[in-house]
Amino acid sequence: MSPPPTERDLRLDLFRGLALWLIFLDHIPSNVVSWITIRNYGFSDATEIFVFISGYTAAFVYGATMRERGFVVASARILRRAWQVYVAHIFLFTIYMAEIAYVAASFENPLYAEEMGVFEFLRQPDVTLVQALLLKFKPANMDVLPLYIALLAAFPPYVWLLLRSPTVALFVTVAIYAVAWEFGVNLPAYPSGHWVFNPFAWQLLFAFGAWCALGGMTRIGGFIRSPWVVGLAIVYLVLSFAIVLTWYVPPWTRWVPKALAEWMYPIDKTNLDVLRLAHFFALAVLTVRFVPAGWPVLRSRWLRPAVLCGQHSLEVFCMGVFLAFAAHFLMAEVSDGIAMQVFVSTVGVMLMIGAAALMSWYKTIEGRQAGGRPRAGADPAGSSP
Amino acid sequence: MTGAVVARAVLRRALPVLAGLLPALAGLWLVGGAWAEPEAALCQVPDGLVQADFPMPRVAEAIAAKRLDIAVLGSASSALGGPAGSGKSYPARFEAALAAELPGVTVRVTPYAKARQSAAEMEREIAPVLAAQKPALVIWQTGTADAIRGIDPEDFRVALEDGVASLRAGGADIVLMNMQFSPRTESMIAVSAYADVMRFVALQHAVNLFDRFAVMKHWNETGVFDLNAATKKMDMAERVHDCFGRLLTRLVTEGAALTTQGEKTND
Repeated sequence: MSPPPTERDLRLDLFRGLALWLIFLDHIPSNVVSWITIRNYGFSDATEIFVFISGYTAAFVYGATMRERGFVVASARILRRAWQVYVAHIFLFTIYMAEIAYVAASFENPLYAEEMGVFEFLRQPDVTLVQALLLKFKPANMDVLPLYIALLAAFPPYVWLLLRSPTVALFVTVAIYAVAWEFGVNLPAYPSGHWVFNPFAWQLLFAFGAWCALGGMTRIGGFIRSPWVVGLAIVYLVLSFAIVLTWYVPPWTRWVPKALAEWMYPIDKTNLDVLRLAHFFALAVLTVRFVPAGWPVLRSRWLRPAVLCGQHSLEVFCMGVFLAFAAHFLMAEVSDGIAMQVFVSTVGVMLMIGAAALMSWYKTIEGRQAGGRPRAGADPAGSSP
Repeated sequence: MTGAVVARAVLRRALPVLAGLLPALAGLWLVGGAWAEPEAALCQVPDGLVQADFPMPRVAEAIAAKRLDIAVLGSASSALGGPAGSGKSYPARFEAALAAELPGVTVRVTPYAKARQSAAEMEREIAPVLAAQKPALVIWQTGTADAIRGIDPEDFRVALEDGVASLRAGGADIVLMNMQFSPRTESMIAVSAYADVMRFVALQHAVNLFDRFAVMKHWNETGVFDLNAATKKMDMAERVHDCFGRLLTRLVTEGAALTTQGEKTND
């Protein structure tokens, strides 16, 4: 059989699926398995991959809608997607509240009087719940979906601009990023501080992904495949790996020149530090260079689980956040030994794959093709932008 | 420096080689007599986990002058509740252990612990504390309240740096103490960004860090203390605080010794 006539780049699904697994592993506290995740080997982590690919696929799907059916229809679909993500976030918040309320009621230890302060918000649900609905109160590890909601909510005019003038659109996103850095622009959080993922900074990756999807990739394809750029990317990855090593082996810190350390630290995740961004670009350059789009391996049964997860990213992401809570709960209640850490990590990833397979099955029984072969009238939400 | 805390701790676990050296080192300590009590063996941590990286000249001077005044600036985890709490919390245990270690020196440790105080709020207490007491050493325990309240890590860093600068200017050596390792609330309080800031500030300003988080994590992993246990009883909390006192004693005597060594090499 000839390869199916799909425009969908399976690499996007594959790497988004892998990113979802890594985010899950990183969200389980004190987990020995998270040692394998990319944040331990360089500046950036799976969040960058997730946001970039989400921008790419969103533009791929809604860009086509906007071209074919106009601004209003595409915007309506984007906003419906933002609403779905919002509902998913609130659902996760409810699960989180259930866990935290249980721990607050059942756990007591005079050693941890101070840490029990984290439960204090349970005493004033009137404030907390409203702040959560406003996306200002975001418990630990629940910051990615609000970012995604904010990015989607602002996406319609950006797609419009991208379709008219990609260069201006690229300039606009870089300008917003620069302004956010220069003036410290961020959204407020409750009870204090700001969003952990500053949407004005992180929009750069989302928008750049969108730009790549709507023709940008063909414009820069030759450039990023050039040996110079690939070489530079390798050098940067090696250097950042060397720096990261010194975080884990403190005596090696003295090999980092003081001037470099002062210039470099702290590497700001909230505002998507340029060093993190560059690290992601370096990874992307190597991926484009060494993983060809039509690579048959992408269709192999071994990569199928990750590709499946990437194709149902919202569901699988939520599942991952929930499973990380559950894993931590099991570790606290039963055992937090290494065997348990490996067990919950493995079972968690398997459940994520199972959920993705279930979603695909639902789509087949509803008469749609899993994996999002673009079809007129198909719900773009189905292909997980 | 995302995840550095967790990953560092994982790496430590992966270093059984180091642990193999421990009995020998522990033996040396016992021969030295400093760790003669059986309780002390419980507090043992891998080599390098609690170690003075920078000298403490003010402490060395104070020891030479036979009078060592120390202030502990902190939040609720620097105190223990209950009727006997203040005598069993780590500032009191630290005072007792240090006095035993330094015969002939009058050691006084004064705790200034207020629940829910952020680093910025504690930073404002520094001037009055310095004026009232002129301590040779200030232990600054912070991070947890900031993490719970979601204070910007950047604001946290600024408060720490300002505080370290005014403590220095006020003539005190400094030990920064980071948050407790609390397995039950680990997925609810995002401490890593604050722990990274503390490590960063300690390195940048040549200040010693008492890595309470890594120490407790080690105890939990090796089964010295079961930090997951739900209990109303004080005994484990008291033993943990006793160990903090002993480890701080080791850190501070090492820091003072580093100063003397430094002077000898200069001579």
